[in-house]
Amino acid sequence: MQLHTPSRRELLLASGTLFAWAHLPKVAQAEGRDPRFLTIILRGALDGLATVAPVGDPEWQTLRGDKALTLEGNAPTLKLDDFFALNPAMPNLHRMFDAKEAIVVHASATPYRERSHFDGQDLLESGLPKPGSSESGWLNRALSGLAPAGRVNPRGSKLFAVGPVTPLVVRGPAPVLSWSPPRVMPASEDTVHRLLALYRDCDAKLAGVLEDNSKLMAVEQSGGMTQKPAAAGPAQVRAYFSEAVGTAAKFLAQPDGPRVGALALDGWDTHSNEGIAQGRLSQLLGALDEALAAIKSNMGPAWRETVVALATEFGRTARINGTDGTDHGTATVALLVGGALKGGRVVADWPGLKPTDLYQNRDLKPTTDLRAVLKGVLRDHLRADERALTQTVFPGSDTVKPTSELVA
Amino acid sequence: MVRGARTKRLDNFMSAKSAPDSGKDAAALGLHRFGFGSTGNAITRIAADPRGALLADLERPGAGQLDAPDLVSSAEAAREVFDFRAERTAEQKLASRRQKEMSASGEAQPVSEPAKLMSLDGAALAQKPPLPQRIILSEAKARFDAAAGADIGFAERLVWFWSNHFCVSADKDVAMVGAYEREAIRPHVLGRFADLLQAVESHPAMLLYLDNVQSMGADSIAGINRDKGLNENLARETLELHTLGVRGGYGQADVTNFAKVLTGWTWLGPENPLHGGEFVFIKRLHEPGDQMVLGKRYADTGVDQGRAVLADLARHPATAQHIAGRLARHFVADDPPPSLVSKLAKTFADTDGDLKQMAKILITAEESWTAPRRKLKPPAEWIAGVIRLTKTQADIPISRIMNAQVALGAPLWRPPAPNGYADSEAAWIDGIPRRIDIATEFAGRAPHAEPLELLESGLGPLASAQTRETVARAESHNQALALLVMAPEFLRR
Repeated sequence: MQLHTPSRRELLLASGTLFAWAHLPKVAQAEGRDPRFLTIILRGALDGLATVAPVGDPEWQTLRGDKALTLEGNAPTLKLDDFFALNPAMPNLHRMFDAKEAIVVHASATPYRERSHFDGQDLLESGLPKPGSSESGWLNRALSGLAPAGRVNPRGSKLFAVGPVTPLVVRGPAPVLSWSPPRVMPASEDTVHRLLALYRDCDAKLAGVLEDNSKLMAVEQSGGMTQKPAAAGPAQVRAYFSEAVGTAAKFLAQPDGPRVGALALDGWDTHSNEGIAQGRLSQLLGALDEALAAIKSNMGPAWRETVVALATEFGRTARINGTDGTDHGTATVALLVGGALKGGRVVADWPGLKPTDLYQNRDLKPTTDLRAVLKGVLRDHLRADERALTQTVFPGSDTVKPTSELVA
Repeated sequence: MVRGARTKRLDNFMSAKSAPDSGKDAAALGLHRFGFGSTGNAITRIAADPRGALLADLERPGAGQLDAPDLVSSAEAAREVFDFRAERTAEQKLASRRQKEMSASGEAQPVSEPAKLMSLDGAALAQKPPLPQRIILSEAKARFDAAAGADIGFAERLVWFWSNHFCVSADKDVAMVGAYEREAIRPHVLGRFADLLQAVESHPAMLLYLDNVQSMGADSIAGINRDKGLNENLARETLELHTLGVRGGYGQADVTNFAKVLTGWTWLGPENPLHGGEFVFIKRLHEPGDQMVLGKRYADTGVDQGRAVLADLARHPATAQHIAGRLARHFVADDPPPSLVSKLAKTFADTDGDLKQMAKILITAEESWTAPRRKLKPPAEWIAGVIRLTKTQADIPISRIMNAQVALGAPLWRPPAPNGYADSEAAWIDGIPRRIDIATEFAGRAPHAEPLELLESGLGPLASAQTRETVARAESHNQALALLVMAPEFLRR
C-alpha cells in the first residue's frame, strides 16, 4: 500500500501557480504609491451563506435548520456586525476584519444566471457578459490599459516562459510572467473522490487501487467515523493553500517582484456532506484562512499597499439538499483583504431569505454586481481608467458603477 | 466551437446512452487498442471502415520512420558525448590545478559560488542542459511528437512495442539509446523479423547494453593475451528474450556456444574520431572454430557465423510462438485468446517473419475486436493519449513528459531489466493514483479545451453514462479533463 505523503519540500515546490504582471502601474506610482493586487479564483462555487452567515435574518434558521451557523452553539460564528457573522474556521480573516483590513461583499454575483461551473468560471474570469466568447481575462485587459512605469524586473520574462496552466482571468495581450512548480502537483482530494465514485460504479479493480491508496475503505468500514477522512488530508490541504498563496505573496512582496498576480484554488463544490461547521467546507475555509494569514505575513511592509480579491463563479442553493450539501446556486460572497482597504465592513444590499426573496425560490438573490466591486478596486487601487473598465475590461457593464470607498 | 449549444448538450449527456453505432464503436475501440487513442474527429472519420483505416496506417509512405533530420547518428552521438566528457574532465583538472597553485602561493581561496536560489530571473533554470541530456531530450521529443501527432499511430505503436521488446537502457549508454531506436528498430518494424534481429543484435547500443563489447573468446588472440573470456549476457538474452523465449528449447551449452559465436561483435571506441561508435567485427576477439547451437553446426566464418545463427533463430518455430504471444498480449489482452496467438504464429511461420503481415493479422483477426477492453494502457502510451486528445503537444515540454514517465515508473529508455517494461495490468495499476496527479497537471495545460467535446472525440460511444455524468459535473474545466483521461474507458483499451 502506498500512501503518497508529500514532503514539505514537495508541497512547497507544488505550491500552485502564480501569474504575475511585471510592471509597476504608472499613475499609481506617480502618486508615490506602489500597489499590489492579487486575485484568487475559488473554483467550484463557494457557499457564501456558509462562509458569512446572515445570523440577523429571522429566516436564517428556518432556511438552513441545524446546518445554520449561529452565534451560539457548538461552533459559534465570529461576529462581523449586527447582522453577519463569519464561519468559525476563519479567525484570521476575522482579525483582519476587525483591523479594517477586510471587506465582505455579500449577495453578489457575476451577470451569469445559469448553473454550469464551466460557463460560470468562464464568465467570472473573462469579465464578459456571455460565456465562451473570450480568449482573455478582465485582469489582463485591465493591465493592458495601465501605462507601465517600466518593468520591475527586465530579466523576468525568461523564467516565466516555462508555460504553465494560465487561468483565463490573466490570459490576454498584456505580458504575463508565470511561475509554476517543477514537480507534479498532487491532484485535489475532490478529484480523487469523484474518480473513486466512478470506479466503484464501473471498474472495481481501479476502485480497489484508489481505496488502498487512500485508506478510505478501511476507515469507512471501521465505522464510528462521522466524517470522511480526506484522501489528501486536511493538514495537507492547509499546507498546500498556505504555500500556494504564501508563495504568491512572497513574489509580490519583493521590491523588484511583480505587482499584480492571480491564482486559483479548487475544491469548493460541496454537493454532499458539506461540513459547514465541521468537515470538508470547514477545513477548506480554515485552509483558506491560514493562506490569508500567510499573505499578510509574507507581504511584510508591502501589506499596507495590498489588495487581495477572492471570488467564485457562483453561490450554492440557499437550502440544504438531500445529501447534507448544497447544489449550484447564484449569489454568494466575494472577499477583499489587504492593508490598503477601507475595511471592517460588510458591503451588501441584503435581499432577504423568505422563499419569495430567493432567486427562483432557490438561491440567494444577487443584489450586488461583482463587476462593480472589481471595477472599484481596479480604479481606486491600480488607477485603471474608468472608461477602459467599462469598454474593454468589463464590456457591457455601462450601468454597473464602480463601488467607491473600498480602498483607503 | 458551438458554445451556445453546450448547456443543452450537457443535459443530453446526463440521459441514457443513445443506441450504439457499431461503426463508431469499432472505430473508437480500434483507435485506442491499436493506435495512440482517439483525437479530433477520428472516430467519425474512420467509422465507415475502422479496419481499413488501421491497415492504411501501415501503407503510409514513411510509416514507422521518423522525420527528424537534425538528430545525429548513434556513432556521432557517442563521439560527441565522449568529447564533451573529455572536455569536462580537462576543465575540472585545470580548476583543481589552479586552486593548488593558488594555495601554494598563499593567495586567497576563491569564494565559492553562492547557491543558486530560484528567483524571478530564473538564471538557474535558463541554463542549457549538458550535451548528453540535450541529445536524449531531442530524441525523446521527436519520438513523442511522432506518437502524439500521428493520424492513428498504429505504426508508431509497433515501433514502441518492438523498441521495448529489444530494449536497451540509457543507464548503460545515454548517447545512443534514441538513435538506436531510429537505426535498428524503425527501419524494420514493417519488414522482416530476421532483418530486425540482425540490426538489433549488431547495434553498438545493444552490444554495450548486454556486455558483448567485453566478451572475447578464451581462445581468441585477445583472450589468450589478456587472460579473459566470454560474457554470455547477449547470447542468453537473445535466446531467452528476443527470439525463442524462456522455455524455447535451448540449454546452457547453446548459450555458451552462441556466446562464443558472438565474440568479436563489438564497437569502435568513441575516441576514434572518424568511425568511433560504429559496429565492428574484430577477429582478434573472436573464438576460433565451428560451434554447435541448437543442434546445428555453424562453421567459423567470422562475423557471418553469428549472422547465420541469428538467421536460423529468426525462423525457429519457438520464435514464432514467442513473438506471436508478445504481440497479442501487448495489443489485445494480458491473457490473449489462444486462437489469436495461433493465427499470428502461423502467419509468422508462413511469411518468414513478415512483420507487416503480422500487423495486418492483428487487425483482421476477429479476436482483436471481440476481446473485452480490459488492457490497462502502459504509462507512456496513456500520456501520449492524453496529450493527443487535449492537443497540448506544444504546451508541455518534453522534459515534463519524461518526468511524468519517471513518476509513473516507466522512465523512457531506462527499463529496469533487459526484458523491458512489463506488459500487464499488475505492473501498472498501482500507479493509478499518481496518474491522477499527472492528469490534473496536464489537463491544466489545455485551458481552451472543451471537456464535453473532448469526451466525444476521445471516447465517443465508449463513454459510459457514469463517465459522461462525472465529466459533466466536474467543478472546473481542469477537473473535467482530468476525470475524462482517468475514466476507466480511457485508461483501458
